[in-house]
Amino acid sequence: MKAKGGILASEEPTRVLSFEADSIREDFPILKQLVYGKPLVYLDNAATSQKPTAVIDAMTHYYSTDNSNIHRGVHLLSERATQQYEEARVKAQHFINAAAPKEIIFTRGTTEAINLVAGSYGRANVVSGDEVLISAMEHHSNIVPWQILCEEKGARLRVAPINDDGELILEEFPKLLTERTKIVSLAHVSNALGTINPIRAIVEIAHRHNVPVMIDGAQAAPHMKLDVQELNCDFYAFSGHKVFGPTGIGVLYGKASLLDAMPPYQGGGDMIASVTFEKTTYNTLPYKFEAGTPNIAGTIGLGAAIDYVNQIGVERIARYEQELLDYGTDALSQIPGLRLIGTAKDKAGVLSFVLEGVHPHDVGTILDREGIAIRTGHHCAMPVMDRFGIPATARASLAFYNTKEEIDALVAGIHKVKEVFG
Amino acid sequence: MTDLQDLYQELILDHGRRPRNFRALDGATGNAEGYNPLCGDKVKIFVKMDGDIVKDISFEGAGCAISTASASIMTETLKGKTRAQAEELFQTFHNLVTGRQAQLDAPELGKLAVFSGVSEFPIRVKCATLSWHTLRAALNGEGEVISTE
Repeated sequence: MKAKGGILASEEPTRVLSFEADSIREDFPILKQLVYGKPLVYLDNAATSQKPTAVIDAMTHYYSTDNSNIHRGVHLLSERATQQYEEARVKAQHFINAAAPKEIIFTRGTTEAINLVAGSYGRANVVSGDEVLISAMEHHSNIVPWQILCEEKGARLRVAPINDDGELILEEFPKLLTERTKIVSLAHVSNALGTINPIRAIVEIAHRHNVPVMIDGAQAAPHMKLDVQELNCDFYAFSGHKVFGPTGIGVLYGKASLLDAMPPYQGGGDMIASVTFEKTTYNTLPYKFEAGTPNIAGTIGLGAAIDYVNQIGVERIARYEQELLDYGTDALSQIPGLRLIGTAKDKAGVLSFVLEGVHPHDVGTILDREGIAIRTGHHCAMPVMDRFGIPATARASLAFYNTKEEIDALVAGIHKVKEVFG
Repeated sequence: MTDLQDLYQELILDHGRRPRNFRALDGATGNAEGYNPLCGDKVKIFVKMDGDIVKDISFEGAGCAISTASASIMTETLKGKTRAQAEELFQTFHNLVTGRQAQLDAPELGKLAVFSGVSEFPIRVKCATLSWHTLRAALNGEGEVISTE
């Protein structure tokens, strides 16, 4: 007899839609509420995702029963906290298929991870006249840390162009790699456009020039199977709060050989082996980069989020979301006066659009009163807005707990916007 | 829908679509730029003063219906007013959009009263006041870009 209920990794693709709508949403208490008397339609997942009960409970449990500092107490609570903290590291390691737990550095999020690489690897390796290569679709968090570095070192920030669909122009990319290029840093998935970049190909090209590659995976981690060894990137960063975990925790992956050679990013407790006033010896990886008491509860929450996502199955999530994205793309494309911004062939999770004659901010306000939460504005990617000659977009972004009915509600909401604006 | 109708009144939609005094001003005695980094709204206000009187006023920029209409109606309202009157109107207007002032109690607002619905949308207050903050800088001859943040 076959097992009934539960989520099995081997379930047929045809079953995907039904399990999403019925049972998954039950795991997210926040989704059950009404806003302005209407069911909440949460389509702002690229900004932050909602948290399943499993994550909330894991953090409550930690604070209720195990709270203490890690790596130093002789007592039982500290031992339990340390164990859970390090278990979360192993979960993160497997989540992105890193070669070893020591290649997983816990940070506050993707932003801090990129700052760490720019501040440590960048400072140690970039000198005057060198170049840092990014792309025209980057989030400000993958622009500004490099600008700060370039400013300090007298280096030059170079930008790989994108086409009208929001795709990287792959032929142009190698031309921007020079003997002065010291690092490439690129989004895996664009937060404003949804474009999935061909990371493997880019890493190959960059490595042919002996240039290491950092990947901003903040928008990729919630939507697809990650394998940093297969991508062969040198650094990879993602944020806990976008993968159904808490805010204030994220991961920097780095190849051990690179991390080992890098100077510390911050000094403090836990990152040292011994300290005298004459000389300090730094701790080994990963602790060298984790100065001070870390976000222990957040780390444990992230571990629970990874467990939760694995339980559903990353491939199934990707498949279901693709269905939802295709459905949404079709539905929005049929609205007269609506223009999708970001029409790459390879996309994940994002429906960014502008509506003729209506500013995105007004779209957002009217949708909000319909219970529909979207993001409006420049999405911390002002150069992307400039590239498309628009001040802002409205952006609906998807998670696996969203449904076709919610896309229908979005479409109805956009029609209401058009009604208000006549 | 009531709140939305209060916010997007016909007059606001009209000024949002067809802003008045929407141009640069020749012979301006002062100008300033305002910026809302949260939504990307930009406005530039030009004033031509005749002594203490706002002889002419105009604006340029790109923004949502609320910020565009606010700038447009502001320019219509302020022509011929003194500095002190402009400052007083800003105070009253600010009280209106933040819900501290009932519109009926302030007949001097005139067309500006149409923005009373903004008070139900706290997140949109900055859209309505961006042009006014920028005006203050233009009148005071402050060269910096005014930011809502």
